[in-house]
Amino acid sequence: MFPIRLEQVHFTPNGRAVLAGVDLCVDGEGITLILGPNGAGKTVLLRVLAGLERIHGGSVAWNGAGAPAERIAMVFQHPVLLRTTVADNAGLGLRPLGLSRPEVQRRAADVLGRVGLSHRARDSARHLSGGERQRLALARAWAVRPRLLLLDEPTAALDPTATEAVESIVREIRTGGAKVLMTTHNLGQAMRLADDIVFIEAGRVREHSPAARFFSRPQSQEARLFIRGELPWRIAFPD
Amino acid sequence: MGSTLLDAISLLAHLDPQVLAIVWLSFQVSLGATALGSLVGLLLGTWIAVAEFPGRAAVTVLLNGMMGMPPVVLGVIVYLALSRSGPLGTLGLLYSPTAMVIAQTLLVTPLIAALARQTVEDAWSDYRIELTALGFDRRLAVLTLLHDCRYSLVVAVLAGLGRAMSEVGAVMIVGGNIDGFTRVMTTAIALETAKGDLPLSIALGLVLISVVVALNALAFGLRQWAMRRYG
Ligand SMILES: Nc1ncnc2c1ncn2[C@@H]1O[C@H](COP(=O)(O)OP(=O)(O)OP(=O)(O)O)[C@@H](O)[C@H]1O
Ligand SMILES: [Mg+2]
Repeated sequence: MFPIRLEQVHFTPNGRAVLAGVDLCVDGEGITLILGPNGAGKTVLLRVLAGLERIHGGSVAWNGAGAPAERIAMVFQHPVLLRTTVADNAGLGLRPLGLSRPEVQRRAADVLGRVGLSHRARDSARHLSGGERQRLALARAWAVRPRLLLLDEPTAALDPTATEAVESIVREIRTGGAKVLMTTHNLGQAMRLADDIVFIEAGRVREHSPAARFFSRPQSQEARLFIRGELPWRIAFPD
Repeated sequence: MGSTLLDAISLLAHLDPQVLAIVWLSFQVSLGATALGSLVGLLLGTWIAVAEFPGRAAVTVLLNGMMGMPPVVLGVIVYLALSRSGPLGTLGLLYSPTAMVIAQTLLVTPLIAALARQTVEDAWSDYRIELTALGFDRRLAVLTLLHDCRYSLVVAVLAGLGRAMSEVGAVMIVGGNIDGFTRVMTTAIALETAKGDLPLSIALGLVLISVVVALNALAFGLRQWAMRRYG
């Protein structure tokens, strides 16, 4: 289903140009980070790829086809967990697949082990901390063995340790053969994880480059200003 | 007054057969009505919550309004339908326990449906996108939703049972309060008080209050437990 080719994708709810002609080509390897200011259209772009929004113009082609041939999973910025156990939530995405109950339980237990939540399996999912919830949401998406994983700011409200835990899970998912497409506002994280960077502003892709080049020699003026404005070590300390 | 209360307690303590018969019929009628009302109400409420059709808002408003339907008015409507010259007159159901079940079913169905609609609709707006992204079709999503809301839905059913047990207007009109046949707690209380048999009224009143308080305590406890267990 790769490459995914977006051409002049427009998303204009109530006439408002949220995506204003997105051109982008994503291949099936590695981790692609989507950066851009608040309201740029990052979340909407992920939702379009997840098939949750109908676009108003342009095209999305999955290796030339109109629909993805393999499984896609998306983890939302604020994942909703069912009022049941951690283990049941981990296996939720397997319900539509018609797997046997033991197989669902086996896979749920497996992903919980991978994200370090085995000891919480019998607890209520709604009693988890923010970082644990995010790991459970990742486990839930991982359990369906997606070929493409979409992550919307998976570490937005997490402390450094929890962030690191999520990042190493994301790396492991990539190593397992899934393409990862994720958004973040954490430039340090982008440097640590990204193979390539897509920079979005005002509903358009301004730049798409390999990570190293993006941070050392951004091609667009917008990206240059964004990096300068967002980098934590640019904060001016009093002398 | 003190001796009246003692007489009432004595009726209860000796398991007076007349009291027992009345209480038993109350339970039969109201449980039957709540069972039927739950079947229809839960399905109807769920359907309104997740379906998309023109006039959905109007249906919701109507349903919420019918939660407050005065039982007496409903009694009159069922009376007219079941009376000799009414459309269902040939069934000969008026002044029977069946008529009382019909009236109470019509009373509790909108209540249960309206409560279920609210519960399921809230859950649906929370889960819809997430379940869609996980590849759930609508049928499976709704089943998952209902399971997730199970405790709130049981509470809705208990609310329906409480309303059925404590209403008097509908069963009075369609049941006729016939001694040993269609007399339930509420109608007996109304009649015996008017006749001056206060011990019987008070005894039945105590039972009724206990039942209603117990139902509410059950609903409350279930909610607390579910909150603590599942968040
Ligand atoms: N269905 C919709 N209808 C109308 N406007 C929408 C809709 N979806 C998104 N928008 C608007 O599109 C813009 C981009 O939203 P989006 O959530 O993609 O931003 P973002 O890049 O993810 O920002 P953030 O960094 O704050 O998460 C926002 O201004 C948002 O209000
Ligand atoms: Mg966003």
